[in-house]
Amino acid sequence: MEIAIISGKGGTGKSSISAAFATLSEKVVLADCDVDATNLYILFNPDVEGEEIYIGSQKAVIDYSKCINCGLCIEYCKFDAIYYSDQKINISSIHCDGCKLCSRICPNKAITMIDNDKSRMYYGSFRNGKMVYGKLAPGEENSGKLVNIVRDKAKKLAKENNINTIIIDGPPGIGCPVISTITGVDYVIIVTEPTLSGLKDLQRTLELTTKFNLNTVVIINKFDLNIKITEKIENFCEKLDIKIIGKLAFDPQVVAAMINCKSIIEWQPASDLSSQIKHIYNNLIYGQ
Amino acid sequence: MKLAIASGKGGTGKTLVATNLFYALQQLNYQVVLVDCDAEAPNDMVFFKGEKIKYFYVHQEIPVINEKKCKFCSKCHEYCNYNAIFILPDLKVIKVIEDLCHGCGACDVACDFNAISTKPVPIGSITKYAIENNTFIIEASMNTGVFSPVPIINAAIKEAKNEKIVILDSPPGTSCPFINTVAEADFVVLVTEPTPFGLSDLKQSIDTLKIIDKPYGVVINRSGIGDTEIYNYLKQENIKLLLEIPFDKMIAFYYSNGELISQLEYQWADKFVSMFNFIIDQYGNSNN
Repeated sequence: MEIAIISGKGGTGKSSISAAFATLSEKVVLADCDVDATNLYILFNPDVEGEEIYIGSQKAVIDYSKCINCGLCIEYCKFDAIYYSDQKINISSIHCDGCKLCSRICPNKAITMIDNDKSRMYYGSFRNGKMVYGKLAPGEENSGKLVNIVRDKAKKLAKENNINTIIIDGPPGIGCPVISTITGVDYVIIVTEPTLSGLKDLQRTLELTTKFNLNTVVIINKFDLNIKITEKIENFCEKLDIKIIGKLAFDPQVVAAMINCKSIIEWQPASDLSSQIKHIYNNLIYGQ
Repeated sequence: MKLAIASGKGGTGKTLVATNLFYALQQLNYQVVLVDCDAEAPNDMVFFKGEKIKYFYVHQEIPVINEKKCKFCSKCHEYCNYNAIFILPDLKVIKVIEDLCHGCGACDVACDFNAISTKPVPIGSITKYAIENNTFIIEASMNTGVFSPVPIINAAIKEAKNEKIVILDSPPGTSCPFINTVAEADFVVLVTEPTPFGLSDLKQSIDTLKIIDKPYGVVINRSGIGDTEIYNYLKQENIKLLLEIPFDKMIAFYYSNGELISQLEYQWADKFVSMFNFIIDQYGNSNN
C-alpha cells in the first residue's frame, strides 16, 4: 500500500506526520519525494547503501571559437534565454530550458548541450526499514522525473524486502512533482492547517486529487490555532464528501522531537498527540 | 529596487513577511507593488481587499499536427527534447502529448512539410489588484495539472517591470520557480525558522544564491521554538540577521484570519520599514 502525504501550502506538518507514520510500523519504506527540500534524512540518518545520478535536463553552452555572432539562436529561443551583450552572444543558464533548438539550428555548430548531472537519488536502511530520497541540485528543473525515480526505487525495495507499506512525503504546491508523487497511490493524505491560506490551498489541492480520481482524506494539523477556520474546513470537506481522518492539536513537542532527530512517536510515545496519530494510522492501514 | 522574499522550506513565513512589508510601506505612501510569484499556491490576496483592474491568461503554444500534410518522417519526434511527440510511422499514427510539451517550437522548425502549426493553451492567469494608496498586487496563478509555473511567474514579474519598489513573494524550494523569481531581484530576504529542517533548507537556498551571486539576508520567524543552531550558523558565515519574529500564538492567530500584524500592532510596521531602510541603505541601486 502506498500512502502519499501532501499539502498545497508548505509548513503544515507533512514531514512531521510522515516521520510519525514511518516509525509506527515495524517495517516500512519511506520515500522522501520533496526532492527540492529533502529533510527526512536529517531525522533518520539512514545508512546509505547506494546512489544514482539523476540527469533531469540539459543546458546549452556556446563555443566562442566557433560562434560567428549571427544571432539566429536569439531569434529561435522561446525562453528568452539568449541575449546579446558585450558584443557577444550569451546564454543564461537560469532561463535555458534545455530544448536544444539553438544547438540544432546554429549554422556553425557552436552550441552544444551539457547534462545537468548534480542531482542524486539515495537509498539505504533506517531504523524502521528502508528509505529513499532525492536531492535536486540547486536551480534545476523542478521535475517530477526525479520523484518517479524515487518512487520506483521505493517500490522495488518494498518488493525485495517483503515490506507492504510505502510512506511518501510529498512536495508542497500542485505542480509537476506533486502530480508525480500522487499518481497511482492508494491514499492521498492532505495535511492542512486552520488558516485562510491553508483553506485556499486545500481547495486547490483537492481540485487536483479529484482530477486524478484519487482516494483522498484530510488531516487538520494545529486545529486549535483557530477553531472557527477549523470548522470552515470541516464544513467544506463535508460538502465535498471528503473524510477528515484526524484533527491534531498544536504541540511544541513536535519541534523538540525534530531537534532530537526523532519523530513525535519516538520522542513522546505516550502523549495524546502520539496516540492520536497512532489511531489515525491504524485506521488507515488496518481499516479500524 | 526589487526585493524577493524567499525560503527553501515551505510555510516558514514568506507570505507573512511579504504582506506585512507591503502594508507597512504602503502606509508611508511608498509606491509599492507586491507580486505573488507563488503561482501554485498564491495567498497574498487573503490579506488585502482590492479592486480587480486587470486580468489576463498566460498561454503556452502547443503544436497541432496536420495529418494530411504529415509524411510521418519522425523528424519532429527526434527534435523534441521532451518526448512530447508520439509517433508510429508504419501505422501512420502521430500525437502530441500536450502535458509534456514545453512550447519550445523545435518540432515546427523540424518539419519540412509545413504540417505543424500551433495553438495557444491557457496555463494560468495574472490578476492585478488596486489596493489602497495607489499600490498594487499582481497575482500569478497556475491552472491545476500544469507542468511548470515558470512562464506564469515570468509574466507576473514582467507586469511590474516599470515600478520603483517591487516585492516578489517567491515560491518555495530552490529549483526553477525559485531561481526565476530571485534572478529578477536586487536583494533576497530568506525567511526561515530555527529548526533543523529550517536550517538545512536555508543552507540549500544560500548555496543557490551564491551560484547566481545575489546579495541576501535572513529573517528568523518563530524564534523561540527550536534551537540555536541557526544563530551559530549565521554568525559563523557572517550572514546578516535582518529581523526576528518571535513564536507567538497571537501572531499565528492573526495570520490564520488573514490579518496583518503591522496593521494591528504598529511596532511591527516600524520593524518592517526599518528592515527595508537597512536593505536600501546597503544594497539600494536607486534613490528610493
